Amino acid sequence: MSSLANNLRAASARAWIRVVAANRELSWVFFETLLPAMTTAGYVLVYRALGAPPEYESYVILGGVMTAFWLNVLWGMAAQFFWEKDMGNLDIYMMAPISRMSILLGMAVGGMMGTAMRSIVILILGIAVFRVHFEIGGLAAAFGIFLLSMTALYGLGMMLASLFLLFGRGAQRWVEVAQEPVYLLSGFYFPIANLGFTVAAIASAFPLALGMDAIRQTALGSKAGFLPVGVEAGALAALAVLFFLLARRMLRLMEDRAKRDGKLTLKWQ
Amino acid sequence: MSSPIVYGSGKIRVSPQDSPNLLRATGDQSGSMPPLQTAPLLNTQPSILPAALQSAAFMPPSIRTRDLTRLYRKSPKRGAPAVEFRAVDGVNLEVQSGELFGLLGPNGAGKTTLIKILCTLLFPTSGVAEVCGLDIVKDCERVREKINMVSGGEPSGYGLLTIREQLWVFSQLYGLTTKEALSRIDRMLDQYGLAQDAGTKINRLSTGMRQKMNLIRGFMTGPSVLFLDEPTLGLDAHIARQARGFIRDWMAEDRTRTILLTTHYLAEAQELCDRVAIIYQGRIRACDTPLNLIAAHRGDAVFEVTLSGLDGQAERLKQDADMKVSRLDSDVAAGRTTVRFTLPDDAALTGALSRMAALGGKIVNLSKHEVTLEDVFVKIAGQSIAEAEKSAE
Repeated sequence: MSSLANNLRAASARAWIRVVAANRELSWVFFETLLPAMTTAGYVLVYRALGAPPEYESYVILGGVMTAFWLNVLWGMAAQFFWEKDMGNLDIYMMAPISRMSILLGMAVGGMMGTAMRSIVILILGIAVFRVHFEIGGLAAAFGIFLLSMTALYGLGMMLASLFLLFGRGAQRWVEVAQEPVYLLSGFYFPIANLGFTVAAIASAFPLALGMDAIRQTALGSKAGFLPVGVEAGALAALAVLFFLLARRMLRLMEDRAKRDGKLTLKWQ
Repeated sequence: MSSPIVYGSGKIRVSPQDSPNLLRATGDQSGSMPPLQTAPLLNTQPSILPAALQSAAFMPPSIRTRDLTRLYRKSPKRGAPAVEFRAVDGVNLEVQSGELFGLLGPNGAGKTTLIKILCTLLFPTSGVAEVCGLDIVKDCERVREKINMVSGGEPSGYGLLTIREQLWVFSQLYGLTTKEALSRIDRMLDQYGLAQDAGTKINRLSTGMRQKMNLIRGFMTGPSVLFLDEPTLGLDAHIARQARGFIRDWMAEDRTRTILLTTHYLAEAQELCDRVAIIYQGRIRACDTPLNLIAAHRGDAVFEVTLSGLDGQAERLKQDADMKVSRLDSDVAAGRTTVRFTLPDDAALTGALSRMAALGGKIVNLSKHEVTLEDVFVKIAGQSIAEAEKSAE
């Protein structure tokens, strides 16, 4: 029964909840789109005031776009198991004859509506207001890199989600702690080559670091790349496979451990 | 493991500690029959066994547990050594296909823990549990295809969705096509009186409507085994009666369906269940049909006496070892106390009344009653369900 069709059906139903809920409570457009766009604009203006090279402004715009996906992974997918538990829904999902990954996939895809809106608004802001230039010839490669980055990133998110099965609110604290340092290590607003080779190599374990570096090289014509684009794309593909395999294993391990410890459906944890 | 008694072809077995009453009824205490072997029919009262039990002789049990135990470790306070607590303690149960089986016990007796184990949400610490012949640990994914669960007072769902949308979402977790799911949902909404509320958002539902919706969620996926954990918890009498009707109707639609229902409402267990297991402090204390459980205690004499003049002495009646007090209501303003108690026979009444008189009690009213499941529970657990819940807090 746990066939691909059934899992896709479950994923699309879970995604549908997000889309419908977003359409019925439109306040998110202000909080999730306009406020982040203002933050991104703030960073651009700081660089401009400091007289930084113009490409740094485009780095910021790209960082603003990609931040939305990172936050969707953290709060729209990984932490969602904790909230489902709090709402009393986790029992229902865990008891159903479907893969946990299909539920997480549904959460991620459903969250894409808000995420895409936020990214597009920031992109429009960059192009229309701050005159960011893109290398038209590199856009196809950049899109490919983007898809690879997203695959690896959402695999990482599924790994993080497994922690919520066992640790509940405790895992939420870890994610809160991880959120800001990732902005620094992944080079959301500057090229990671500036971190030096060793730190940049460590930061490369985080898919967005390599992804953004490769997208900057392909779409923005950046010469300050950490590694050649081909190497970064290969590494991203490897990370995508690795994270998905690890996520699958960790989801099983954490679920089993939570069932052993009696924490799987324990509320107010 | 305790020795089972075997009925019919041997597929229906109840271990001695699970069913002392059945043991008494059949007179078989040898316990020589190993599990899953066949044996001649031992039951001397086939007419009061439910149809499901009588017809299930050649079917595997829908639920079977053997020495099922679940321990929790709790630290009384931070840094203190953990204390072990047995939520479920060596439970042996068999529930046949077509049976509506009740687990009756106070809050904290282990009912929900047992259901969570059977629903694959919790590992047992030891022992074995099978649902539809599948091991709940090794074959948990296949078990999930055959089960569903609904809890009472369940706050689940998404407030911004309507009842119909909500049910559709959860149907998608079970592989139903949208067409099939919506057809079932609309039929059930109509059947359970929610059709005109199909478009109401979840955050606007009353407790009763929400619980009806939850029951439909459990019913609509057509599980072979449905677990209902306190399905009428918090419902007013009218809605609870409706819910019990829905449960009965759903079972009547297909005689192969099985329900394991937990409750701490004695009347509910008596009204709904083919068989009832009384669970207390994690252990099954008795298991039989409600009629058999009561019949086994029919020799007991249940009295209700209203007394005046006890002047604060009423609680001492509970400590009287010869009287099993199941209810004690004091009306301080009127100076009266009503006590319901069970005696081994009518002859013991004189002594009990003398002891009440010694405490200063004067009889205002005295009546004799039929034994109920509540009296059976008191006899088995040594206290009423309400008292057991109070002492567990």
